[in-house]
Amino acid sequence: MDLFLALALQIVYGVSNLALISLGLAIIFGMMRVINLAHGEFIMLGGYTVIVATSHGVNLWFAMLVLAPLVVGLVGVIVERVLIRHLYGRMIDTLLATWGLSLFLIGAVTTIFGPQTTTTISPPIGAVQIGGYGSSGYELFLILITLAAVAGVYAVLRLTKLGLVARATMQRPDMASALGVSTSQVYMLTFGFGSAVAGLAGGLLAPITGVVPTVGAIYIAKAFITVISGGAAILAGTLSASSLLGVVNGVISYATGPTLGEVALLLTAIVIIRIMPQGITGRFFRKSL
Amino acid sequence: MGAETGAGRLWPLGALAVAFMALAPQVLQLFTIINLTTAIALALLGLSLGLIWGYGGILCFGQTVFFGLGAYAYAVAAQNFGDTSTAVLVAIAVGAAFAALLGYFMFFGRVSDVYLGAITLTVTLVFFSLIRRTSGPEYKIGDALLGGFNGTSAPPLTLPWDSAAILFPNQLFYVAMSALTLSYFGCVWLTRSRFGRVCAAVRENETRAELLGYDARLYKLGLFTIGGGLAGLAGVLMANGVGRVTPDLFGLPYAAQAIIWVIVGGRGTLIGPILGAFGIFYLNSWLGSQQLVNLNVVLGLVLIVFVLLLPQGLAPTAMDLAARAMRGRGRARRRRRPRRALAAEPAE
Repeated sequence: MDLFLALALQIVYGVSNLALISLGLAIIFGMMRVINLAHGEFIMLGGYTVIVATSHGVNLWFAMLVLAPLVVGLVGVIVERVLIRHLYGRMIDTLLATWGLSLFLIGAVTTIFGPQTTTTISPPIGAVQIGGYGSSGYELFLILITLAAVAGVYAVLRLTKLGLVARATMQRPDMASALGVSTSQVYMLTFGFGSAVAGLAGGLLAPITGVVPTVGAIYIAKAFITVISGGAAILAGTLSASSLLGVVNGVISYATGPTLGEVALLLTAIVIIRIMPQGITGRFFRKSL
Repeated sequence: MGAETGAGRLWPLGALAVAFMALAPQVLQLFTIINLTTAIALALLGLSLGLIWGYGGILCFGQTVFFGLGAYAYAVAAQNFGDTSTAVLVAIAVGAAFAALLGYFMFFGRVSDVYLGAITLTVTLVFFSLIRRTSGPEYKIGDALLGGFNGTSAPPLTLPWDSAAILFPNQLFYVAMSALTLSYFGCVWLTRSRFGRVCAAVRENETRAELLGYDARLYKLGLFTIGGGLAGLAGVLMANGVGRVTPDLFGLPYAAQAIIWVIVGGRGTLIGPILGAFGIFYLNSWLGSQQLVNLNVVLGLVLIVFVLLLPQGLAPTAMDLAARAMRGRGRARRRRRPRRALAAEPAE
């Protein structure tokens, strides 16, 4: 029973981890039809923000929950103005340009901070006992914060005026613009919002994974495949895809080890895309957010 | 797109390749020649991607999967059979067969665009992590240990009729250069054949091509399979140039670079990706020899600048400029008025 509970917790953590790293990418893809291949590097930048801030004596919680999203959100706004703005409607070109951006960011961060970081941050919450098994309290915290982030995104998109305007702009930019909405600003803010969520993920994961300039590569493949197999609906897509893939990954990892778990995750995603070329939400939960 | 060079303009290119092949070993040092063989292998990989992306509109992010499979198939077959000519054929066959399998899976499922990119990228990453895991004596095919992270050794090519006569680096260079040249002209012929023209039609407008009675899926599958075989051959050259095959062949860096070569060289041309591969290869080794600028910064900027400012790539832009210069000389005086007339036409 204890084993089962510990395993279940591990799987739920895997699912929420997948959802956390994909959410920012899903917002940008779902709202703007832009695939940001520099997403992994945005997560990496979030991690570096936390490292730099804490080494200057900033409180860790403040750095993770406020500074990381703020800084990366700002980076996102700048990137949108300089790069993405010129490429709307050209999906493949945005993909390629953001891939270039990803290489550029890896190189730039390596130049500034060096290929390895010496500073590590330890998770601020200790272990929790479940029967005979120890579990990381910080992982429990991450599960909760992922839920909070999903709820937060839902609230912003559904309940605020900004969210309404943003969804209107994505559906009918011409009509929104005729009604006096500055679509260009909405695009900029949406991209910044998605980036901020990526920064939050990076900040939160920094104590667990450690931070090196190339850490983004670990995330991007998983996030990309989760978002694509989830389809266009931001929250329903991310949640359904990361649940499915996270469970597959967790079970296979438990049975055979982490590498095969990863492979099983990727293969499952390929099968999903083959069966449902528009992703899960292209077939189910169509009207959902 | 689809810049077609007339037959008259092709033979200088062939002459240039032959001259280069004859002269390079006389002039260049051995080290440079060995390096060149690797560069040629990468150029062939670029050509294979340029063929399927530029002429079939198939954006394959994981062309490296056929490249890596070809290299591994060659190494394993050569270690088992001792005869490298069979191993080369096996490598091409494995590349093509896997492309056919993956292509069937994708095209007949109507997977396209970004989704196709996602699948191919994932497949190459799957191979990357799987093959990295194969260290240890239990992972072997016949006599060949796969060797996990460190990879396995690739026996050098031998003469087809005498398996004891190992080719020297210079001879290897001749083989690689001939393979690249022949593949290039093969691809030119292919894109001008009826098959190639239908592929271009599918690229331009899949629905229209289907309404005209062509099965787009079959044509894409055919082109993809040929691209896979070419990438497999590139893997053979790579294995010979480096002397080992490692999981890195499947990794993200090569996958990303292949895309960059095509973008920089020019989509819709066949010579562009080859030149792009050579250019980036030498940019790489030049940047690797100095500490001033990080390699990734430069590659990233190159990719961004080309997508934003020169989306056609170098080869078509150069051809455009050349064509304009030729025309400009003839009718410089009459230029202004027709242009204004053009501008007055309604935009589409």
